[in-house]
Amino acid sequence: MIAARPRPARWTADAVWPVAAALVAFAIVWQLVVLVGRLPAFILPGPAEVAARFVGAWTDGTMWPHTLTTVSEVVLGFAAGSVAGVVVGYGLARSGLLARLASPYLVAAQAVPILAIAPLLSLWFGTGLLAKVVVCGLIVFFPVAVATMVGVREVDPGLLEVARSLRAARRRILVDVELPAALPVLFGGLRVGVTLAVVGAIVGEWAGPDQGLGVLINLARGSLFDTPLLFATLLTIALLGIVCYGLVVLAERRLVGLR
Amino acid sequence: MSVPPILAAREVRVSFGSTVALDGLSFEARRAEVVALIGPNGCGKSTFLRIAAGLLRPDDGEVIVDGATVAGPDPRIGLVFQEPRLLPWRSVADNVTWPLELAGWDRPRRDARLRELIALVGLEGAERVRPSQLSGGMRQRAALARTLALGPEVLLLDEPFSALDALTRERLNLELLRLHADTGTTIVVVTHSIPEAILLADRVVVLTPRPGRVAAEIPIDAPRPRSLERFDAAVVSDAAAEIRRHLELGEAVA
Repeated sequence: MIAARPRPARWTADAVWPVAAALVAFAIVWQLVVLVGRLPAFILPGPAEVAARFVGAWTDGTMWPHTLTTVSEVVLGFAAGSVAGVVVGYGLARSGLLARLASPYLVAAQAVPILAIAPLLSLWFGTGLLAKVVVCGLIVFFPVAVATMVGVREVDPGLLEVARSLRAARRRILVDVELPAALPVLFGGLRVGVTLAVVGAIVGEWAGPDQGLGVLINLARGSLFDTPLLFATLLTIALLGIVCYGLVVLAERRLVGLR
Repeated sequence: MSVPPILAAREVRVSFGSTVALDGLSFEARRAEVVALIGPNGCGKSTFLRIAAGLLRPDDGEVIVDGATVAGPDPRIGLVFQEPRLLPWRSVADNVTWPLELAGWDRPRRDARLRELIALVGLEGAERVRPSQLSGGMRQRAALARTLALGPEVLLLDEPFSALDALTRERLNLELLRLHADTGTTIVVVTHSIPEAILLADRVVVLTPRPGRVAAEIPIDAPRPRSLERFDAAVVSDAAAEIRRHLELGEAVA
């Protein structure tokens, strides 16, 4: 009845060395492209140059404030988008009427490029934190809502019947059966959502003039002409994405991995 | 009889669309009696159990438990499904005590009741294990313990061991007999198996093919406690022959 779940990968020495080797190979190829193509640093800086700029930007205090701003947007936006996504997704799963009424709007909203409405949102919500959290939340909302809807719809009706035969209250059915049963699928949505949260924060910062890694990209490219800093910022964003994703996977293993 | 039955089905009728599943099913079970419902596929045996458990409303007629009509899920009635239907993210212990949690029992009371239930179904040592780590038979024991948690007066079993291998099934049937002897719970068990019905029941109710109605009630005159060795071969073969006769009669009518 319950299929055996493959063990999650562990970071043992055996698992780490291929990853490290791939990383080194990637850097070598990158360096070769720069060398063979005789590319100047403002077109494509080499890995060593980017690494040096990355360390430099972190030690001279350039990166910190921008990263903190972006991280707070990601955290708040992801939280808001996920909570809204779970609530709406549950409603969609349990009410056919709501699903029929709301689905076209949800899909349409998702199809509209967030890049196009981000400037509008900063017009509505100001240039501060709120506008960026809204952009971030909007982009997180959809995958989480869809995953929640699918997860809740797929809950074993047999378990719901047991709950009913035990006269479980609506709230207990939600907490004891529906949410735990939907959790593996829900986490699929959260994994997608958290990486999109980083994208959402950067997109939100694009239009705003104050702080954040998206702002730093624009600065490095547009006014400082510092392509290595641009790449160092991209590297920071990528690392931020990996850390956020890792945290979600960690939470998933704690909550779902036990079954 | 002078003692009122603990469970009585009165002219229960139910249909799904144009299909009549049960058409005036009536029978009674006395306190501490074991009744086996046997019948061809689709005769509405499982449907009847769901009505008796308050999960389904009949179109007509009623099921009365201890003098009161069943109007919905009821703590006096416990239903064991064909599949264990355990919550995979909960341990055996937390599955077994789930009904107590839902009924608002505090932890010390739940723990005390858990020990009784685990002993009753023979799951000692498996309390902390998750259902996925158990064999099919052990899972069904856990499901049985969960159903018994609130001490139902009537235990309804829907082909509870049919998904298990023959040896496990036989062992669990014997344990069900022991459990019945220990608790004195009234049991209504749906089965496809004539030997199982004879081993367990004081009375076998044979149902007709759809729509389900009572074709015959056959008493099994074997003393308790029962065991496989002590069963009188003549009693078994006579009862089996009669059950078969009624099942085949039913088929001829259809």
